[in-house]
Amino acid sequence: MMHPMRKKRLQLICLGILGIGIALALILTAFEKNLMYFYSPSEIHAGDAPAKRPFRIGGMVVEGSVVRQAESLGVWFNLTDTANEQMVYFEGILPDLFREGQGIVAKGQMNKSGLFVASEVLAKHDENYMPPEVAEALENVQHNSKVD
Amino acid sequence: MIPEIGHYALVLALSVAALQAAVPMIGARMGADNLIMLAKPLARAQFLLIATSFVMLIISFVLTDLTVSYVVANSNSALPLFYRISAVWGAHEGSLLLWVLILSAWTFALTLFDKPLPLKLNADIIGILGIISFGFLLFTLFTSNPFDRIIPPPQSGRDLNPLLQDFGLIVHPPMLYMGYVGFAVPFAFAVAGLLNNQINSAWAKWVRPWTLIAWAFLGLGIALGSWWAYYELGWGGWWFWDPVENASFMPWLLGTALIHSVVVTQKKAIFKHWTVLLAIVTFGLSLVGTFLVRSGVLTSVHAFATDPARGVFILMFLAIVIGGALLVFTFYKPDAAQEPHGSALSRESFLLTNSVLLSVATATVLLGTLYPLMIDALGLGKISVGAPYFNSVFIPLMAPLLILIGLGQRAFWTNDSFRRLSDAAKYPLLATIILALGTWGMIDDTSPLMALFGLVLALWVIFSTLAGQIRHYLSSKKLISSYLGQSISHIGFAITVIGITLVSSYGLEKHLRMSEGETTTFGGYEFRFAGASAISGPNYDGTEAIFLVHSENKFEARLAPQKRNYHSGGQTMTEAGISPGFTRDIYIALGEKINDSDWSVRLNIKPFVRLIWLGAILMALGAITALGFGNVTRTSHQSQKSNQINTTTRISE
Repeated sequence: MMHPMRKKRLQLICLGILGIGIALALILTAFEKNLMYFYSPSEIHAGDAPAKRPFRIGGMVVEGSVVRQAESLGVWFNLTDTANEQMVYFEGILPDLFREGQGIVAKGQMNKSGLFVASEVLAKHDENYMPPEVAEALENVQHNSKVD
Repeated sequence: MIPEIGHYALVLALSVAALQAAVPMIGARMGADNLIMLAKPLARAQFLLIATSFVMLIISFVLTDLTVSYVVANSNSALPLFYRISAVWGAHEGSLLLWVLILSAWTFALTLFDKPLPLKLNADIIGILGIISFGFLLFTLFTSNPFDRIIPPPQSGRDLNPLLQDFGLIVHPPMLYMGYVGFAVPFAFAVAGLLNNQINSAWAKWVRPWTLIAWAFLGLGIALGSWWAYYELGWGGWWFWDPVENASFMPWLLGTALIHSVVVTQKKAIFKHWTVLLAIVTFGLSLVGTFLVRSGVLTSVHAFATDPARGVFILMFLAIVIGGALLVFTFYKPDAAQEPHGSALSRESFLLTNSVLLSVATATVLLGTLYPLMIDALGLGKISVGAPYFNSVFIPLMAPLLILIGLGQRAFWTNDSFRRLSDAAKYPLLATIILALGTWGMIDDTSPLMALFGLVLALWVIFSTLAGQIRHYLSSKKLISSYLGQSISHIGFAITVIGITLVSSYGLEKHLRMSEGETTTFGGYEFRFAGASAISGPNYDGTEAIFLVHSENKFEARLAPQKRNYHSGGQTMTEAGISPGFTRDIYIALGEKINDSDWSVRLNIKPFVRLIWLGAILMALGAITALGFGNVTRTSHQSQKSNQINTTTRISE
């Protein structure tokens, strides 16, 4: 017969381990499914981006590239990191600060014909704001061109 | 002149904080009562100085003093008076000043209620709060001085971020900070208790009310933020698992564990380590939150600052304060090992499981919030952890919590039997099943299983709480504030869960393109886009659209969503048109003007969305009730004294 105090402690420890174990299992499966990586248009161009998984893309909206569908809310536009461009399609309401020349981030997936179909377009509420990922992608391009 | 007074008061406050941090604690070590006695006047002087400084900043904003660079950056004379005042805490420097103001206000409040506290313990508590205040004042003065001048002054100020020009923002930050900073008090109690080896029932009894108040404020602050995001951001969402939201949510979650754990320490003198650790880590998470929001490592509406020096400072401060506290904690040895003597089935066990679940939930949120930052810092790529992660981790942890709330609050302290507990639980369980199935059947044939699941869990908590409260009242013939408060908070939690369940299961959203005069049906309502016209406000102009909503020949609402362009910053803002209701909100937001007659429009039906905030209000109300202001009793005045003595035993049944 175990000392009641030890027994109690053991129960508590088991409970704790069980809790942490369940949490870890949940976290790992959820992470696996829900992590979204960021790719710049150049990285997509180089074939680095996943073909079958959603990811995030970011860049500046190319001036004059925004084309609307006649009857629906569909819109096409190009994103650039100044080296390469990627065409994006989105159907829905664009954020207030979406404009040509603005840096934006979009979530979505590549389709078979190389179009990025966005499920969500994000632009922050500040006209000076540049998403950090986009800023870095632009910097990388500048850096690379200097090296070349 | 006015900014100089404010600046000077702040510098004085810093030196007073240094004294407050050092003198009473040294006095306590030396046994010098005259030094200990200085704790109270120093704490009060500090509050007055910081309050003076704060008022001076408000005056600078009201007068739009364009020689102060913080005013220039966040206000202009065209801004309505309300917003000129709330602009004080609309950005980094001012909100930091608000932070220290609230910290000193809490310390001041402590000096008003310090009678029952042992002298040395009190000296250490005030001293530790002085250390925290000193750190933050140093931070304010050296990296974020709101009184910095700009010479020569510009012609006009910029503008308060239009998102923040709103009633919600006037009250949201002060409420949130009352909670955030309020957890400094249990933290100070914990460290002082460790230093004096006085972690016991009496200690728990003193710290409990402060913890409850801080928790209530933090909950209200979070709810206000959620409500504000709902109507102001124009997406119709009420929670985004945004890192900044998480920053305030984590201390609340762990604070919830703390307010439960402290009760066990008070009643049974056990869980001492655990309670102290929770108090330390909860405040640690408040500091982490401040770091996340203020360091610029995150980008969001809240994070204006992108000055790495600020982040480094807060991180170092966090390391010193929390590291120091944890160091004290490791050296702590309870005088006599009071071991749990109860059985595995007891109120204590349920509360322990509650602590475990809430701590694990907090850890998962922390991980999801920090993981992208760590990966980025290690140069492994840029990732984001979206809402699906949090939902898929968080919901499975909340489900057992709800089941256990219903059981735990009916369980006896120390020893309970499975048979007795299931006897107490059977009627609430029956009522739950009947009502949940009934409601579920009524709503829709294609109701998602998740909706039933959420409803069952929440109703179970409500019925079990009510049954417990009624039973308690019938047997004791009186309402005891702590028990009543607990019941109100638990029902509040359940109501929030119902709101979340219904709005996520039955909420409808549609983006569409509409022309003026067009009618569309959606979610059982008929929406007519009656027209759009130009509007102009004090510091913006824009377009207002009129929508008429009918349901089955009955007029429901006339909604007027707006699109605003603010003059000074050039920002575009969406003002949603909302028809609020208990059973449903109808929510319309304008997208953009596509051509002369067409707009993109977002339509939302949000069933029972208001329950989410109603529940949050109840949770806070319960915490305040539990403080015990005015015990509601049916007994006469004569027996009141004996009631109070009996309280402890009665609650433990």
